Amino acid sequence: MAKVIINDIPVEALNDASILDAAKEVDIFIPTLCHLDLESFNIEHRTGSCRVCMVEVELGGRSKMMPACCTPVQDGMKIKTNTPEIIQIRRTVLELLLSDHPFDCLICAKSLDCELQALARQFGIDHLTYTGERSSYPRDTSSNAINRDLDKCIMCRRCETACNEIQTVKVLTGYKRGFMAVVAPPEMKPLNDTNCVFCGQCVNVCPTGALTEINYINPVWKAINDPTKKVIVQTAPAVRVGIGEEFNIPENESATGKLVAGLRRLGFDAVFDTDFSADLTIMEEGHELINRINKNENLPILTSCCPGWVNFMEYQFPDLLHIPSTCKSPQQMFGAIAKSYYAEKIGVSPKDLIVVSIMPCLAKKYEAAKPEFINNGVPDVDYVLSTRELAKMFKEAGINIAKLKDEDYDNPLGESTGAGVIFGASGGVLEAALRTVSEVISKTELKDVNFVEVRGLEGIKEATVKIGELDVKVAVTSGLGNARKILEKIRSGEAKYHAIEIMACPGGCINGGGQPYIHGDTTKLERRMKMIYTEDERKVIRKSHDNPYIQKLYKEFLGEPGSKKSHELLHTHYHKKREK
Amino acid sequence: MVKQVRIALRNCGRVNPESIEDYINARGYEALVTCLFDKKPADVINIITESGLRGRGGGGFPTGIKWKAAAAEVSDEKFIICNADEGDPGAFMDRAVLEGDTHSVLEAMTIAGYSVGADKGIIYIRAEYPLAIERIKKAIEISKEYGFLGKNILGTEFSFDIELKYGAGAFVCGEETALIASIEGKRGEPVVKPPYPAQKGLWGKPTIVNNVETFANICPIILNGKDWFRSIGTQKSPGTKVFALAGKINNVGLIEIPMGMTLRNVIDNIGGGIRDGKEFKAVQTGGPSGGCITRENLDTPIDYDNLLSIGSMMGSGGMIVMDEDDCMVNFAKFFLEFTIDESCGKCAPCRVGNKRLLELLEKVTNGQATEEIIPQIEQLCATIKKASLCGLGQTSPNPVLSTLRYFRNEYDEHIKDKKCRSKVCKALLKYEIVPDKCNGCTRCARSCPVQCISGKVKEVHTIDQKACIKCGVCYTNCKFNAIIVS
Repeated sequence: MAKVIINDIPVEALNDASILDAAKEVDIFIPTLCHLDLESFNIEHRTGSCRVCMVEVELGGRSKMMPACCTPVQDGMKIKTNTPEIIQIRRTVLELLLSDHPFDCLICAKSLDCELQALARQFGIDHLTYTGERSSYPRDTSSNAINRDLDKCIMCRRCETACNEIQTVKVLTGYKRGFMAVVAPPEMKPLNDTNCVFCGQCVNVCPTGALTEINYINPVWKAINDPTKKVIVQTAPAVRVGIGEEFNIPENESATGKLVAGLRRLGFDAVFDTDFSADLTIMEEGHELINRINKNENLPILTSCCPGWVNFMEYQFPDLLHIPSTCKSPQQMFGAIAKSYYAEKIGVSPKDLIVVSIMPCLAKKYEAAKPEFINNGVPDVDYVLSTRELAKMFKEAGINIAKLKDEDYDNPLGESTGAGVIFGASGGVLEAALRTVSEVISKTELKDVNFVEVRGLEGIKEATVKIGELDVKVAVTSGLGNARKILEKIRSGEAKYHAIEIMACPGGCINGGGQPYIHGDTTKLERRMKMIYTEDERKVIRKSHDNPYIQKLYKEFLGEPGSKKSHELLHTHYHKKREK
Repeated sequence: MVKQVRIALRNCGRVNPESIEDYINARGYEALVTCLFDKKPADVINIITESGLRGRGGGGFPTGIKWKAAAAEVSDEKFIICNADEGDPGAFMDRAVLEGDTHSVLEAMTIAGYSVGADKGIIYIRAEYPLAIERIKKAIEISKEYGFLGKNILGTEFSFDIELKYGAGAFVCGEETALIASIEGKRGEPVVKPPYPAQKGLWGKPTIVNNVETFANICPIILNGKDWFRSIGTQKSPGTKVFALAGKINNVGLIEIPMGMTLRNVIDNIGGGIRDGKEFKAVQTGGPSGGCITRENLDTPIDYDNLLSIGSMMGSGGMIVMDEDDCMVNFAKFFLEFTIDESCGKCAPCRVGNKRLLELLEKVTNGQATEEIIPQIEQLCATIKKASLCGLGQTSPNPVLSTLRYFRNEYDEHIKDKKCRSKVCKALLKYEIVPDKCNGCTRCARSCPVQCISGKVKEVHTIDQKACIKCGVCYTNCKFNAIIVS
């Protein structure tokens, strides 16, 4: 322990604690900007580059300004956090950052959700002492997922940590020097020409409007208002536990029914649930797993719900493309069923049926536009909106979903089980699969459907589950850096598993690149995760194969899991992508 | 009059740098032998510590203490890095040592390795020094043949190897943490200290980073003893310092002087006075990180602490002399432009602050500034100095601060009178034709690129001040000295 004095208050802190953390112990809050502490994942980004958290440190008779976020406490330090000089320095640093920032806050996607703006407000900045040339870069809208407006980059480098260290995708780096320095792919390549997997973790951590999603709100409004189109919507599991944050719905209250009601008020012709197609995924993927276990070949099976992860694999592990499940993601399964089974049922031509997805994800935008998911020019999914974009639509339409009475999803594509909703949290897909697979293999009803050992925010979870006579070894990873570790072990033959769930975003879809910004507050993720499992518990049916509408779908249309029709509609194949 | 004393440059020009025999004849590798056979590593560190040798790269941190810190660390691997990423404008002392006395650096690095328990040395050198690189490569090879380098040096248990890494020309890579990042293949950017490289340096292992000139002092200290070293220079800064003397002075080039010599002695005697009999104005030491020293401080003895106290710094040894023709505001601008080009862009005060500072100075030299600009400049300088991440940013406002301190009158003239007394700041100049001297030859009018000079043949010409771009072509072309600048 180190004994220090902060603003005349004695504090005892752990030896490697930062001054910032030590100060928090005694409720002294030091402003930060580039610093990001993702506590639940044990990830801390502290480059000390913005210099907003400067404090005065006196030690051994010498006094110096130090950044609080990355200076460890030392015994005997005397620290001042708010002298007039310190406040003036912070203010000047902030004014400098603002002087190289476009003042388009009123029309910025991050307005009121911007950490730079919040800090300017906190400091009461009402004019700029310093003005001058501003750095200017071409806007990168090359992908259909991520919008890069580097004029707004403040060089906090959080995106680099997210991309390079957490996700190990490594497409972002500091580029150019001095005043022109900015974070970009090497040689300023557009994102679409890189190995970017569009997980959107960079967007999630960006404090300003430099990184945002490509926005599809307008085409969706247009479609809704087009009388010749029937427009249906699906909502991913994690959306219902995120959207409430945008409308101050109490933490422990389910937002699902309000989300459905809101979507109906927006004018969608039918409100369906991706949870339904998550159940469908379990039927197909479970069938595939059972087959592979029975034949004891091509193991482990890897889940394929997450397009960020599928992208990552196609770029970085092309030698392992035979092991992921061939199942399309729930989003794409929904689209395929909607444009065949459902379109037929309601007598609408697939080209006149518009499928809109609400996803916690940016890679889903990329996925929906993949050529393999477009039939005769008609995409299975037409538009993908992030949870954040949907919140904006609600607000634009004057719909405060917090005030709405709960409503139910429409049928036949809206009924789902608890197994479907847990897809939203890391471990959920595997748990859902285990619920079904163990009953199918052992032919006895599960006493306890909760496989708690695969739940939680840890990056890599392992478990052995007894199914009949068989010890099924499973692993769950979230975050692509963790996925890489597991994949390398599979490649080397060091790891032996039957099934592995992989999600690109740390913690799974609850922390997807399209979710409401958490600004480093990972307790929000823990809450979202808790809500996912609460939704599961509240469901009467908690196993995918018990979903009556799924049973009906097979009976009326698909036949059985793994049938020829299933393969046509619900399965896909993977391509080796050239490293760019 | 105190004369030059050569310690770091002792062999330069005297021994053939490509001949190891020549070097050995000049007591080369004797220090290494002494250390390996007669001294424990701790003894060597003690000698260096007690000699009072301070880092010659600019900061002046006591070398022995650095070594001691790395020696105290327990690690399976440690590194000795020689910082040869010389980047100050006009400075070339590291190059002189590496080209002229290559073996002495290798020998000193090996001694450092022995002292702190490292078996790997790296020379981080600018790729623009091909001759030095070639000579280092040859010297490494031959000293291995002689058993001074490589496995089991001179039959002892101690092994030490040296390799080269090339810098790509980024000034900031002279900062030790940025240099380490660069060797690791990362973007050359400094990181926050602590931990210091002596604790966690290259690949997270204890690392000593010393400048070339620092290493060049090691062997003489071992051979002649700490008391001999302390007998040269001042009490707090023993030894000598090499400077690259440049600018408006008669004798330019490298000089090595004992610490404590006055600037007056350097300029008047060693430098041979100001060129063309002009008036001395100031000396800039410490390159872009330093400040200027004026007439009033000409008798200050040069050492680390004295230079700091008068607002400059030792730096790596650039010494640029300025005369009456130099505009001090423009001079500050010059160094700031250099810093802006060379900033890595990592921290906000250096990246944006220096840019804004330059823009403020440009307002001064363009005649657009009002009196409120001075407190703005001062506030900005204070923030950049205190809040920047590394030495580059923390010292970048020094040229501005020191010119403000000693030449405030020149700033005031630019701001209030819109005049540049040295006639350097173009925007403030006024070209006029003296009617008595103009005979209407039309040469000025014909040469004016913006055609702002009018007048008939054999009649007095006039310059349209509003259109004049102050290029000075008329002034140069007039054969009758009829054009004056004010």
